[in-house]
Amino acid sequence: MDATPPITAAAAPPAPRSLHRFANPGRFLRASGRVLPWLSAAAAGVLAAGVAWALAFSPPDWQQGETVRIMYVHVPMAWLAMGGYLALALASAAALVWRHPLADLLARELSPVGAVVTALCLATGSLWGRPMWGTWWVWDARLTSVLVLFFLWLGHAALVRAFDEPERGARAGAILALIGVVNLPIVKFSVDWWNTLHQPASVTRLGAPAMHVEMLYPLLVCALGFALAFAALVLARTRAAVMERRIRALELARARREERGMAA
Amino acid sequence: MTRKRRRLAILLLCGLGLGSATALTLAAFRDNLVFFLSPSDLAAKPPPADRAFRLGGLVEAGSVERATGADGRPTARFRVTDGAHAISVVYAGILPDLFREGQGVVTLGRLGPDGVFHASEVLARHDETYMPPEVADALKRAGHWDPSQGAAPPAGGWNTLSPRPGG
Repeated sequence: MDATPPITAAAAPPAPRSLHRFANPGRFLRASGRVLPWLSAAAAGVLAAGVAWALAFSPPDWQQGETVRIMYVHVPMAWLAMGGYLALALASAAALVWRHPLADLLARELSPVGAVVTALCLATGSLWGRPMWGTWWVWDARLTSVLVLFFLWLGHAALVRAFDEPERGARAGAILALIGVVNLPIVKFSVDWWNTLHQPASVTRLGAPAMHVEMLYPLLVCALGFALAFAALVLARTRAAVMERRIRALELARARREERGMAA
Repeated sequence: MTRKRRRLAILLLCGLGLGSATALTLAAFRDNLVFFLSPSDLAAKPPPADRAFRLGGLVEAGSVERATGADGRPTARFRVTDGAHAISVVYAGILPDLFREGQGVVTLGRLGPDGVFHASEVLARHDETYMPPEVADALKRAGHWDPSQGAAPPAGGWNTLSPRPGG
């Protein structure tokens, strides 16, 4: 992990093999600029196919009827809320331990998107719970732990923007994100550890999914589409943040130059 | 380079401490985090009289009696079971759409001195199975599943069944 790059005779510094190569903002902008159009197109294509399949061509549920179609938004949002938080924690660890400059920016741009996704998960769940369970909201372990996850996302987004020095905000946010990781297993296993109104997972790694394949496949396509869209959104935001930082640096340099010119 | 290692070690150590602290806290609060009690929980440790709590379980097959109360509101009597024990429940009000015999329910109310649970709220508890109506009908026709008796058979037996007849 700490291997020094081999010294070559080339004029340009050699690119490190690890993720540290993207610490160079120019290299990151070039690479992500090539990837982003493809990522966005893939997201749009997969999402269009998945939504059409889920909303028009998949069967209703035998007892929930057409209401079950809320699942095709609710479940991908729940998976993204948790998977996105895991990405936030990894970025925060990379920022704290390896001081990767891009990790701070990625974490900063990740949290508003994560908060929106978690809010959509809660909202669609509420709209689903009213007709099926008979209530908009209950304080059971699953719903409460997801609400805590939403507050963690919001708290991170607010905290990293609350300091005059961006570095201090990023440090505080990274610590908050890493502390919040303990909530992830609680969200995931709340339905197994405690009795809850929310049902246990239908799609698990072990055992056959308790969902008919004609509903499972459109769900997986929708989940992939939303995940690609999430990634494209976060990548575009991170690119914008890198460019903003560059512009600020350039403006600062120009102001210094002008100041020096006036003093001379 | 050793500073990175040291930061990583500190991070992992903090994570370990935080994780075990959370695990111990959750283990200590385990009994307080239950959303509902099952009929067996009530039989083992009845809660103090006149305290509202939630009772959860399956609606026993053949136990639902619906009527209209004196004030014109619908009333329902049914038994909530977890296989080992069952409790009678009375409820005045509108039941959720998913309410049926064999369905999971969570009811909020108080246990009367007569052993009948007087519910002020009945919520339906969906299980983790999702299947098209045709597949559910095929399972019922073949005698593999009676929804009023409880949960669906193991998913491996039906989750790839063709929903089209003859398919």
